[in-house]
Amino acid sequence: MKEIKIVVKDLNLFYGDKQALKKITMDIPDKRVTAFIGPSGCGKSTFLRVINRMNDLIDHVKIDGEIYIDGVNIYDKSLDIVNLRKNVGMVFQKSNLFPKTVYENIVYGPRINGIKDKKVLDEIVERTLNQAAIWEEVKDRLNENALSLSGGQQQRLCIARALAVEPEIILMDEPASALDPLSTAKIEELIHDLKKQYTIVIVTHNMQQAARVSDQTAFFYLGELIEYDRTTTIFTNPSKKQTEDYVTGRFG
Amino acid sequence: MEEKEFFQKAADSKYAKKIGKHTRLKESLIKIFFAVNGTMALIFIILIFVFLFKEGFKALDHIGLLDFLYLDRPDASGNIERVFQWYPTSEEPRYSLIPLLIGTFLTAFPATIISTLLGVGAGIYLSEVANPKFKEFLKPMIELFAGIPTVVLGFIMLVVGASFFNDLLHPANRLNAFVASIGLSFVIIPIIASLTEDALHSIPNDLRMASYGLGATKWQTISKVILPAAFSGVSASILLGFGRAIGETMIVLMCAGNAANLTSNIFLSVRTMTATIAAEMGEVSQGSDHYYSLFFIGIVLFTITFFLNLIAEIIINRMRKKNTF
Repeated sequence: MKEIKIVVKDLNLFYGDKQALKKITMDIPDKRVTAFIGPSGCGKSTFLRVINRMNDLIDHVKIDGEIYIDGVNIYDKSLDIVNLRKNVGMVFQKSNLFPKTVYENIVYGPRINGIKDKKVLDEIVERTLNQAAIWEEVKDRLNENALSLSGGQQQRLCIARALAVEPEIILMDEPASALDPLSTAKIEELIHDLKKQYTIVIVTHNMQQAARVSDQTAFFYLGELIEYDRTTTIFTNPSKKQTEDYVTGRFG
Repeated sequence: MEEKEFFQKAADSKYAKKIGKHTRLKESLIKIFFAVNGTMALIFIILIFVFLFKEGFKALDHIGLLDFLYLDRPDASGNIERVFQWYPTSEEPRYSLIPLLIGTFLTAFPATIISTLLGVGAGIYLSEVANPKFKEFLKPMIELFAGIPTVVLGFIMLVVGASFFNDLLHPANRLNAFVASIGLSFVIIPIIASLTEDALHSIPNDLRMASYGLGATKWQTISKVILPAAFSGVSASILLGFGRAIGETMIVLMCAGNAANLTSNIFLSVRTMTATIAAEMGEVSQGSDHYYSLFFIGIVLFTITFFLNLIAEIIINRMRKKNTF
C-alpha cells in the first residue's frame, strides 16, 4: 500500500436535521485513484465535497468528525480554506468553464495566486493543456471562447484549469457522466496518466468506469461507507452482500 | 378492410362532429380582444410620437434649428454678441436649448455616478453577500422605495436635503444641481440595485463553484468572474438609470432651482429640459412659437433616451453573442 494522503475519522454530516453521512472512517492513499460508488443520494458526492470544504458554501450544513490531509486537520477553525482549495482541486459533473477564452480560463487560477509574468502564464497554459491531453486540439484556439469547444473538450479543459493551480489532490465529481463514450475514454485515459503525480478521488455512477480507472473503490449506501477495498476485490469478491448486489446490478 | 368500407364509417363516427358557428365566433372575438389589448400600448406610443414630432417640427419652421443653439444679437455697445439663453417669453425671445441640456446633464450625470456606486454595491450585497433570508426582506424594501412618488422625494429634498447641504457646503444657490442629483439618486439607486441583483443572480452557481474550487476568495470571485459575466446586465441597468435620470421631472423641478444658468458649477441653480416643459406648458398659449419649442424639447429628450436605450440594447446583444469577457 502506498503512503496515506487523506485520513477520515468518524465523519458525520448533516443537512439541517437530515444526516447525510454517517460515521465515515477511511484512509485514502497518495498517488492512487480512489473511486466512490453507490446509488444516487448515498452521500458520495457530499463526501467528496467535504475534502475541499465546498460544503461550507451551502447553508445549514453541519459537520463533525475529523479529516486530515498530510496530518493537518482541515476542519481546524484557523485553517485558510482558500489555501486548502488551491491544493485540493475539483472537477465538476458539468463543465463549468468561465465564459472567457481558453487561455483566460487556464490562467484564472494562477493569476489569483499572484502570477503576472506573461511568459510563466504561457508556460502554464501549454503544460496543463498537454497534461490534459488537449493541447493539440486547442493550441490554435487559445483566444476563442472556451464555451465554443465540444463537451468533451470542455471537460478536459476544466481538468487543465484545475491542474494550473498545481494541486496535490484532484476531486472529480462524475466528470464523464455527461459525455459520449469516446470523450469518456479520453477522460479515463487522462485519469490514468494523472495518478502518477496526483491523488485522485473520483465519484462515479458508472461501475465499469470505477473498475477501469480506480485502484481502490468505496461503496456508499444511505450515507454509510459499506465497503472499501481494492477495486478488484470489490468487483470480484466483495465481502458484504449489499456491495455484491450493487456491483452485479441487482439494485441501484 | 376495404378502402370503401373505411370511408363509409365516417358518417356515424364520433370524429365527424363539426365545429359550431357560435364557438368559432367566440374564439375569434376572444382572439381580437387580446390582440387589441396587446397592441394598445404600441398604438398609443405611435400616436404620441406622431403628435410629438408633428408639433415639435413646426418649431423649426417658426424658429429655425440654429436659434435653438444660440442667438447673435447686438449688445449695449453695438457689438454682435452670441448668447446661449432660454428666454422664450422675452420681447426678444431666445430659445437656446444649451443651458437646458447642460442643466439636464449636470443633474443626471452626478446622479448616475452616485447611483452606480451605491446601486451596484447594493446589488452585489443583495446577490452575493447578504444571507438569503435578509435578502428576501431587503430586496422588496428597495423596490418599494423605487415606488415612492417622486414628488414626495422632491419635497423631502427641497425641505430637508437642501437645508442640510446648504449648511454643510454653503453653495451659491440653496437649490442647485447637486441637491437635485442627490434627489434623483433616491430614484435611480433602487433601479440599478434591483436590476444589478437580477443580473448577478442569473449567473449560474457553477461559475462561483469553479472559482472557489480554484482557491479564489469571495472578492476575487465577485470581481473577476461574477461581475464580468454579468457586465451586460449591469451596464444596461446603469444606462436605464441614466435614462430615468434624464427623464425624471418632479425632483429636478422642485430641487434644481430652475434658473437656466449656463454653468458647469454643480452648486448653481440649473433648469432641466423636463422641468422646463412641466413648468411652462401650463401657461403657454397654444400655437405660439414658445408652445412649439416646448414640443421640440420633447423631441430632443425622446431622441436622447431613444439612443441610450439603443446603446444598451447593442451592448447586451453583443455580449450575448460573444458571451465572453
